[in-house]
Amino acid sequence: MNPYLAGVLLGLVLLATIYITGRGLGSSGAFKNTIIATVEAVAPSHVDNTPFYRDFMEANPGGPWKNFLVFQVAGVIIGAFFSGVISRRAGLKLDKGPRVTNTVRIIAAIVGGALFGFGSQIARGCTSGAALSGMAVLSLGGILTMAAIFGAGYAVAWFFRKLWIN
Amino acid sequence: MGPLVPYIVSEEFGLVIALAIGVAFGFVLEQGGFSSTKKLVGLFYGYDFTVLRVFFTAGITAMAGVLLLGHYGILDTSVIYVNPAFIYAALIGGAIMGVGFIIGGFCPGTGVCAAAIGKIDAMAFVGGIFLGVFAFMEFFPGLEKMYTAHNLGQIRISEWLGMSDILFGILLSVVAVGAFIGTWMIENRVNKRKPELAPGMKNKYALAMAALFVVLGIVAFLPGKEDIIHMQIAKAKRQQTCVFKEIPADRLANDIVNNFYSLNLIDVRTPEEFEAWHLPMAINIPFDQMLERQNIPIFNQKLRTNIFYADGDTLVRMACLKAKYAGNSDNMILRESASEFKKLFFEAEPPAAGAAKAAINIWNFRTDAARKMQEMEAAMKSRSAPAKREVVTVRGGC
Repeated sequence: MNPYLAGVLLGLVLLATIYITGRGLGSSGAFKNTIIATVEAVAPSHVDNTPFYRDFMEANPGGPWKNFLVFQVAGVIIGAFFSGVISRRAGLKLDKGPRVTNTVRIIAAIVGGALFGFGSQIARGCTSGAALSGMAVLSLGGILTMAAIFGAGYAVAWFFRKLWIN
Repeated sequence: MGPLVPYIVSEEFGLVIALAIGVAFGFVLEQGGFSSTKKLVGLFYGYDFTVLRVFFTAGITAMAGVLLLGHYGILDTSVIYVNPAFIYAALIGGAIMGVGFIIGGFCPGTGVCAAAIGKIDAMAFVGGIFLGVFAFMEFFPGLEKMYTAHNLGQIRISEWLGMSDILFGILLSVVAVGAFIGTWMIENRVNKRKPELAPGMKNKYALAMAALFVVLGIVAFLPGKEDIIHMQIAKAKRQQTCVFKEIPADRLANDIVNNFYSLNLIDVRTPEEFEAWHLPMAINIPFDQMLERQNIPIFNQKLRTNIFYADGDTLVRMACLKAKYAGNSDNMILRESASEFKKLFFEAEPPAAGAAKAAINIWNFRTDAARKMQEMEAAMKSRSAPAKREVVTVRGGC
């Protein structure tokens, strides 16, 4: 699909989201709620003893699953899978740069994911929730986060070039 | 008027909508090429800027849409969720995410997309996110100080820079178009391609760009919903129609004393004027705040007649007309001004001895009504304070 057309469609999805729900798109929040639900199931006493979890439970009486972003990310999985199937892109596959082994790629993906997850919680949102949705409503916090993401990306890109290019 | 959740659509049904939105989001992300890690990272090495195009176009489209809907009062932009600006957290968190982006090759939304179509590296990335989020929650006590430091609140960047939303929107759009052209040239150089567009695309791009700036121009230069209402109610001819909706002071006093349950007495002056003196049992909705979300139900109810008063004919007539735009309640205006009402009822001189019987009757009526109104107000002190309606702003974010 033409990237600009895809951009307009994505923008319209975001606009519809803001019109209907008053907030933008997001994804990292779903991870937070999933983890809280897991911790609650595995170690309920830990939830009771830790202020962070306790505060969350008090602020969300419906429980961690009854959350907007959890449902939205569930939708993302469905929508992306559907799109991949009709465009014949679905199937088990491992994408990587030309010079790295599969093991290196997997380890890098886990480390990168961990950093992204950690950073998204600090910044109160990721590329979708803070940067993209923030731009749509001209949020200062969101636009600063966006600048920091891409600024840091460019700043360190050279050091990790062997992961991606020749 | 949007947003629909939680005012029109319940939170529970909102979850169903969230699922549907997610499907659309995931579909478009995947179609936009966000499920390919090489495309995502290409942005940082200059060989593929697809992601920047999709991302920036989406942001600009949604922003222009929000400005346009807000301009015509279709979307209440004062209650939508604006990510709060915790400066350190935004910058530090963003920087960590940037490094994670380069090392991992995805961001959470795109990682989920790619994992959904079977990319194994994306599944590892998603697993990594769980680890990172879990680490954050476990280390939260140590991070809390930085997490909450230097909070500027839910501020818009335009506000922070001291410019209007639309001006910033236009600037951002110009930057975006510049970035599209610039990155296209970089991409051509890195991939050693000739700078050529597919036939017919030039016109399409020009049209899309023109559409964007037309929308922004409408917001910038054409009157919005509030402007139109103000222009309409400022027309003298329209204000003349209010004459048929006037209620004289004596009848109002009688209604307050005997039929208070059937009317809303609304003072449209400023809160200071209201504090200084107001009619008994009146509530204060300043003229400028009449169209705010929390006040609309008063202009839309069918049980009571709204009676407006102020200190000037023009203001009270404009208020009455404005209420008509806001809803379909029965609206009336007090013929006398607030100060005239005060003089008639609370500062009336007793009639001279030997005055006409009618004058004495009126005086008796007014002092009696004044006493009763004061008694009512004292008795209903706790109720006469207008129940503060809280504006629910939308909570959100990750």
